[in-house]
Amino acid sequence: MELMPSLYAAAMRMTRNPADAEDLVQETYLKAYRGFGGFQEGTNLKAWLYRILTNTFINQYRARKRRPEESELDEVEDLYLYRRLGGLEAAQAGRSAEDELMDYFTDHEVKEAIESLPEQFRLAVLLADVEGFAYKEIAEILDIPIGTVMSRLHRGRKALQKKLYEFATERGLAERASPETGDSGGEEAGRLPTGPRAQG
Amino acid sequence: MADHHHDHGAIDCRQVLAELYTFLDGELTEERRARIQRHLDDCNPCLEVFDFEAELRSVVRSRCREPVPPGLRARVEASLQSLAQPPGPDLTSPT
Repeated sequence: MELMPSLYAAAMRMTRNPADAEDLVQETYLKAYRGFGGFQEGTNLKAWLYRILTNTFINQYRARKRRPEESELDEVEDLYLYRRLGGLEAAQAGRSAEDELMDYFTDHEVKEAIESLPEQFRLAVLLADVEGFAYKEIAEILDIPIGTVMSRLHRGRKALQKKLYEFATERGLAERASPETGDSGGEEAGRLPTGPRAQG
Repeated sequence: MADHHHDHGAIDCRQVLAELYTFLDGELTEERRARIQRHLDDCNPCLEVFDFEAELRSVVRSRCREPVPPGLRARVEASLQSLAQPPGPDLTSPT
């Protein structure tokens, strides 16, 4: 049961509570055991287990909670966090950029940011960014086309960044890095279009 | 052909940033990946963005670990054993 720690962590992000996460993991192992006949030699055991985990979650836990449709996300600009915190890395010499980022966000905040995402985006981000599955594997796990995987990841990651930035702001950590407000210059190069404006 | 861009091996920052995530996700062809890498070798602003995103991802990943609750492993093992069925997969070994 080498995969139990990552299955349990994923179950926690899905169900958002330890008791349900434990049940979900147990149910996953039982289904895997019973359904091992359906497992094809040469396919990825981890992906197969995650498919069972995800389907079990979707079919049981989500139905039970009767969550409202959560398919919408606010539009968030690309590179949301970089545009706001990117300058900070260079600010303190002698520390790696990763140390800087690690200091920014607590475990709790990162977990909560992921858990705040609407389900379909949360699952995609979780499978890609935490579990490291390839697009094709995620498509199979979630039973959706690869193009849908990519668009959910695109939007889910931006929403995740926005949430993380909210946490940083709440703690006053972002102030030294961020410009007072919004949309005036300052973005060197403006390398990505920041959203279409009405024509004319 | 509808595509008018000339392929001299050079791509601009906007194209590179548009492929930021497919690059980090390891989903590009080797040729495409190499072209982006060449651009990053020469373009510090883009490299900074890529580094930032890569670091953020590694932070997210490492912060999402959970200790397995003490009783869970035993509970799962017990429930598997209670199934009087032929042996299933060896889930005790790594992938």
